[in-house]
Amino acid sequence: MWDYEKRLQYPVNIKTPNAKLAQFIISQYGGPDGELAASMRYLSQRYASPYREVSALLTDIGTEELAHFEMIGTIVHQLTRNLSMEEIEKSGLGPYYIDHTIGLWPQAAGGIPFNACEFQSKGDVITDLIEDMAAEQKARTTYDNILRVVDDPDVADPIRFLRQREVVHFQRFGEGLRRVQEDLDPKNFYQFNPGFDRCMK
Amino acid sequence: MTCEQNKLLHEINILSFTIVELNLFLDTHPCNQEAMRHFEYYNRLKKEKCEEYTNLFGPLTIKDAKGRTQEFQWTMQPWPWEGGCE
Repeated sequence: MWDYEKRLQYPVNIKTPNAKLAQFIISQYGGPDGELAASMRYLSQRYASPYREVSALLTDIGTEELAHFEMIGTIVHQLTRNLSMEEIEKSGLGPYYIDHTIGLWPQAAGGIPFNACEFQSKGDVITDLIEDMAAEQKARTTYDNILRVVDDPDVADPIRFLRQREVVHFQRFGEGLRRVQEDLDPKNFYQFNPGFDRCMK
Repeated sequence: MTCEQNKLLHEINILSFTIVELNLFLDTHPCNQEAMRHFEYYNRLKKEKCEEYTNLFGPLTIKDAKGRTQEFQWTMQPWPWEGGCE
């Protein structure tokens, strides 16, 4: 169950549209390391976690990712407001415009549609947490790549906030992994799957 | 959205962010008494600020929406992606 708060987690107020930048940043909406994939990954993985601390992390970070999904949607929306047809065609936004006008649709920067194959839910808490830590780093790298092509401070400011959250989530998932490993045989963490082979515990 | 509304929302954003940080920390440190005290403190401050905001500008959550005015403010207040004051 979820409640919606009618606010962004961090404010986004972009005054100057930029169709080129919108095409780059949309990757964090529906791309391989984007916020939608992040949220779906964590919210799907939590059922198989036999550790309440890890289920709490997956629920709460999965929820925060939805707030980031909304921030990215807002950035792309504000970057594509009030564009002329000439700007749409010159910037390369034309093919997207034909299919979606300037509505938001989850895709990668290269136009590949959002796909559940961009994340895993493996039913093994160690495997899943290591995937989650990698996912946070991949998203951080994507934000670093975005920051190199952004010179509008109105855009860079919320992107920096989102980048920093990836670092914090990485830290918390690392603590979750340590919690799991402390509970298992330190000589062989992989002896059994604590969420599946229940009789072994 | 007016600048006054934006300012109050900014204060709510700061309190909410503090609560999110404490929430994630408590997920992996559920017995940390100091973090729990901070969590309760900032939750109380946020509740007060949200009440002030709701009374002045309308609800931030559907549970705070009231039918006492001419229009259903949940619907008619600006949506977050519209942007702040000029």
